[in-house]
Amino acid sequence: MEPKTYPLTMTVNGQPVTLEVEADELLVDALRDRLGLTGTKIGCNEGECGACTVIMDGEAILSCLVPALRAQGREVLTIEGLAEGETLHPLQQSFVEHGAVQCGYCIPGFVLSAKALLDRNPHPNRDEIKEAIAGNLCRCTGYVKIIEAIEAVADSGG
Amino acid sequence: MWQAYEMPQSVEEALQILGQYDGRAQLIAGGTDLVIELQEGKHSVDCLVDVTRIPDLNRIEEGDGYIYMGANVTFRQIKDSALLREKARVLPEAAATVGALQIQTVATLAGNLVSALPAADGSVALLALDGEAEIVDKAGSAWRPVAELFLGPGRSAVDPARQMLTAIRFPVPEGRHGSAWERIGRRRALVLPILNCAVSLRLDEAGQNLVWARIGLGPVAPVPFRARETETYLAGQPATEEVFHQAGEMAAKEAHPRTSLLRASKEYRVEVLKVLVREALARAAHEAAGRE
Repeated sequence: MEPKTYPLTMTVNGQPVTLEVEADELLVDALRDRLGLTGTKIGCNEGECGACTVIMDGEAILSCLVPALRAQGREVLTIEGLAEGETLHPLQQSFVEHGAVQCGYCIPGFVLSAKALLDRNPHPNRDEIKEAIAGNLCRCTGYVKIIEAIEAVADSGG
Repeated sequence: MWQAYEMPQSVEEALQILGQYDGRAQLIAGGTDLVIELQEGKHSVDCLVDVTRIPDLNRIEEGDGYIYMGANVTFRQIKDSALLREKARVLPEAAATVGALQIQTVATLAGNLVSALPAADGSVALLALDGEAEIVDKAGSAWRPVAELFLGPGRSAVDPARQMLTAIRFPVPEGRHGSAWERIGRRRALVLPILNCAVSLRLDEAGQNLVWARIGLGPVAPVPFRARETETYLAGQPATEEVFHQAGEMAAKEAHPRTSLLRASKEYRVEVLKVLVREALARAAHEAAGRE
């Protein structure tokens, strides 16, 4: 039996969108395959790496574990929604300046976990930063430079 | 994986959809376990019935001598609940060790119970609180002790194709009560526990002797485990390091953790279990002694 399709209306990066999605489509696939937003990565595809992190209604979630239809009526923010034209978001700029990026695959997830943190707590301490990114794995650079990049933005007031 | 996805607005509507599918539909809450299981093809369903849009199931509140948590209450809400931190901190402490923040934001305590995994942090913590769950089906609703819901690894007495777990409650602890959570894993986030331990207890008015203690442990058996022999020993004992040490020894004998390729050797886990029990008891007793 073929999956039924359903209309899905949500806001993605500030723009209202309506899509037809399959019953068993996951949010990560709708974002990547239907909207072409491939900045959201698939790493483990089972909720253990954080590469697919997006922000839904202000909170970081794993888009590989969430059925697309659960985003009905919600606001979704992906890494593509952060920069203003050619100007990087302060977190993105800080990751570049601190050398927090190597292969880059995990970075969209880290940046979005950090953004969700700073949006609710503009001045987190180091432990709060570590807690916020504990669900994101990086296999290249380690975590110190990533933490420093987030701290620098927090110190400057978000 | 599944061919239809429904988002009912009430418990009645959810049960009605389950009825229409006659066993071929299943409820989904947070879905952080279920989506993976369905992707792996461990079992299949025709329809998922998403209960997360049913209003009023996301509250944590106190009333008639209980603390109630609706079926949609997430680990994140539990972790951040001032009420729970004050009255039963074992639960928010356990919630903070589930997966990582992105999972805590979505995963529910009710789902944790129905998944029925022997290591489930939320389930083990609820055992120590004498938790109960409200199960609703066509026939009506009933409260059942959480301890009775676990039939085997991944097997729950709640049938998510025909029933819904709508709420969880536990008695508001009274007097000089305290609780604590201990867990060891290979790292602090995104790992299954090598062992976890939940304790709640009450001291007498003088703050000297234990009136009672309850100990939940996982994963040391096919289901979340309650160390009842150790609990019997503790009742009436003075709250001292020697007694807590003895309790750790007893709990290790009673629970007999096994070697697990995923977790650690039996020898290591036995030694760690003693320490977790001892430290959880000491922290819970310290909290209890500080109350009026």
